[in-house]
Amino acid sequence: MSDAPSSYQPPPVAIHPTGHGHVPHHPYLQHHFDSMAQQAEASTLGMWVFLVTEIMFFGGLFMAYLVYRHQSPLGFQEASHHLNIYWGAANTAILIVSSLTMAFAVRAAQTSQPVRTQLTWLFSTMVFGAAFLGIKAIEYTDKFKDHIVPGPNFQWEGLYPKPAEQFYSLYFAMTGLHALHMIIGLGIMSVIAWMASRKTFDAEYYTPVEVAGLYWHFVDIVWIFLFPLLYLIGRHYHAG
Amino acid sequence: MQTTTAPPLNYLNNGHGLGSWLLTKDHKRIALLYLFSITLFFFLGGFFALLIRLELLTPAADLVEPDMYNRLFTMHGVVMVFFFLIPSIPATLGNFLIPIMIGAKDLAFPRINLLSWYIYVLGGLFTLVVAVTGGVDTGWTFYAPYSTSASNSHVILAGVGIFITGFSSILTGLNFIVTVHRMRAPGMTWFRLPLFVWAHYATSLIMILGTPVIAITVLLVAVERGFHLGIFDPSLGGDPILFQHLFWFYSHPAVYIMILPAMGVIAELVQAFSRKNIFGYTFVAFSSLAIAIIGFLVWGHHLFVSGQSTYAGLVFSIISMFVAIPSAVKVFNWTATIYKGSVSWDSPMLYAFGFIGLFTIGGLTGLFLATLGMDIHMHDTYFIIAHFHYVMVGGAIFGYLGGMHYWWPKITGRMYPEGWAKFACLNIFIGFNLTFFPQFIVGYLGMPRRYAMYAPEFQVYNVLSTAGATILGVGYLIPMVYFAWSLKGSPLAGNNPWGARGLEWEIPSPPPTENFTETPIVTEGTHQYAPSHEVGIV
Repeated sequence: MSDAPSSYQPPPVAIHPTGHGHVPHHPYLQHHFDSMAQQAEASTLGMWVFLVTEIMFFGGLFMAYLVYRHQSPLGFQEASHHLNIYWGAANTAILIVSSLTMAFAVRAAQTSQPVRTQLTWLFSTMVFGAAFLGIKAIEYTDKFKDHIVPGPNFQWEGLYPKPAEQFYSLYFAMTGLHALHMIIGLGIMSVIAWMASRKTFDAEYYTPVEVAGLYWHFVDIVWIFLFPLLYLIGRHYHAG
Repeated sequence: MQTTTAPPLNYLNNGHGLGSWLLTKDHKRIALLYLFSITLFFFLGGFFALLIRLELLTPAADLVEPDMYNRLFTMHGVVMVFFFLIPSIPATLGNFLIPIMIGAKDLAFPRINLLSWYIYVLGGLFTLVVAVTGGVDTGWTFYAPYSTSASNSHVILAGVGIFITGFSSILTGLNFIVTVHRMRAPGMTWFRLPLFVWAHYATSLIMILGTPVIAITVLLVAVERGFHLGIFDPSLGGDPILFQHLFWFYSHPAVYIMILPAMGVIAELVQAFSRKNIFGYTFVAFSSLAIAIIGFLVWGHHLFVSGQSTYAGLVFSIISMFVAIPSAVKVFNWTATIYKGSVSWDSPMLYAFGFIGLFTIGGLTGLFLATLGMDIHMHDTYFIIAHFHYVMVGGAIFGYLGGMHYWWPKITGRMYPEGWAKFACLNIFIGFNLTFFPQFIVGYLGMPRRYAMYAPEFQVYNVLSTAGATILGVGYLIPMVYFAWSLKGSPLAGNNPWGARGLEWEIPSPPPTENFTETPIVTEGTHQYAPSHEVGIV
């Protein structure tokens, strides 16, 4: 036991009951929150913090890209020309539109639109997301056909085979990780759509849609950086 | 008003059976799940350390072959760093106490909290598989290109284990940050928060900003090994120095993940056992943030001899020394708190005293190593082993054990045998110093780390070190025994056995599942001991 001086008395307690008692509350309010507002704020802040970790996660790859691009700018330029800029541009447009439909989906839940409207926007978002992945699959297939997937079968006709292989290492690491995030995003959207179909969301409770939207926009923005870095930079230097 | 009537149920007896534990969303039960699992890993890591010390009794490689020795020190490092030290205080004491200290019923995301434990266990299983199937031999630092191309041990499996466990740490940090921002009780302003909470807030910032970088780094190592992508291996066109940069960008701040929570514990201990408010609360609170922030800018001091430019080395050297300022703020402010306090010598306070002394040694020797010229001599010797064990064991583990003793009555509702606790503390203190102090000397004399064999003139130091490790090992076992025994055989603790301040001491021990029957309204700082001027300090 403590041999603390026995004369010590802790000063009066700083706890007073709030006297709220057990008032009826929203069915989606979890027991450890005091109010729906507190719960919503916690959830959105949680997603923002998670997105910060995602930035750091992708940051490692962007760092590697910067270092190697700095080491062999010409090699990266040459390698970049074998990417199909039209597929890349199409995917960029598709993702931006999907972000728009996502924003509409959040708005539909927030303004208590009918379930059908909410689902329309959610499904459009998912269709665009799937289209993105489909195009990505076509691009990957082309790379396999052209033997520019890094590894023992890598073949490069140009002047800089080593940097080109490195470029494609980074290309597959970065776009692959991004595609994985898209797939996870589609999974999240399926859950949100299922919840929406059960009339879960209205003006009082739409946090899951909002939080899923934050994630979706983030994955979109990552692509907005990947597209110029991989497809566009240095293209105009090249005559042929 | 003061004594809450003890409810019939507390978090321990509210639900029985394995399912009620494995599916719990109660932060207090999850803390105990973590406590159980990190203790297992602590003894696994300790077992590897024991084998290392036994091998080093003699200069020859006679107990194990050098190849096995490489695997032993790697497994010791991996297990202790990723599976014990990083989750140690945050996932157990932090998990248990943060919601209570801020007057909340739980963390913001109870399900994510449970998920983080399962992720930890999954990562731990990978590591156990690695351990029983022959281990990994790269050192816990996984330096490329050895790890990506040359090593024939289980690098991918170990990397995946660390990758997975990293997410457990990210989720814990995320949960703490949101909890501190959004779950504080009415009146619990930022500058009324206990310093333990401040320290964990700073730790969480490192967890969420640093951990993703190590995750992507080990992922790239695994991908490079598996698919021959050229990221780090120079023969594939990669850059091994980039690996070191990315690795230490996390792994240096990770050192502060390990030490900051311990500093938070010590701040609570010195106040409770000196019966005084902390000297310079705001400075101590901000020093935690300063350590977290500056900690992100010093990773280059691990690359002084890796071909980094001299100018980068100079800058990293100077910034590294800046870390000493907030660290010293803490040490001086704890000392000033104890000064003229009404000090009692209970076992948690003994750990606090141990921490202050040992951390000071560990921190100051860090300055030796941050000095460019000095580091060329000391790099990769036992000096650095001794330095970081003074911080990691003398700091982090002393804080962990001190906190565990201090809050054990709150967690279990039972006191532990104080005499045994004092004995164990003394045991650990002596064993620790005997183990690691000789390593400063032998390292300075030039004994390199990570070799199974060494020059015969170093043997006397190694024998001392092994003897110390044995005492230290016994010291760790004693609390295991009396803590377990105390669950049944000890007197009840009551709400506040130490006469300490803070919301956690105003609720029953063990606390009810909901922590507070009503959300408390806080009207003053939670640690109002006698103000400084009343005990004779102006």
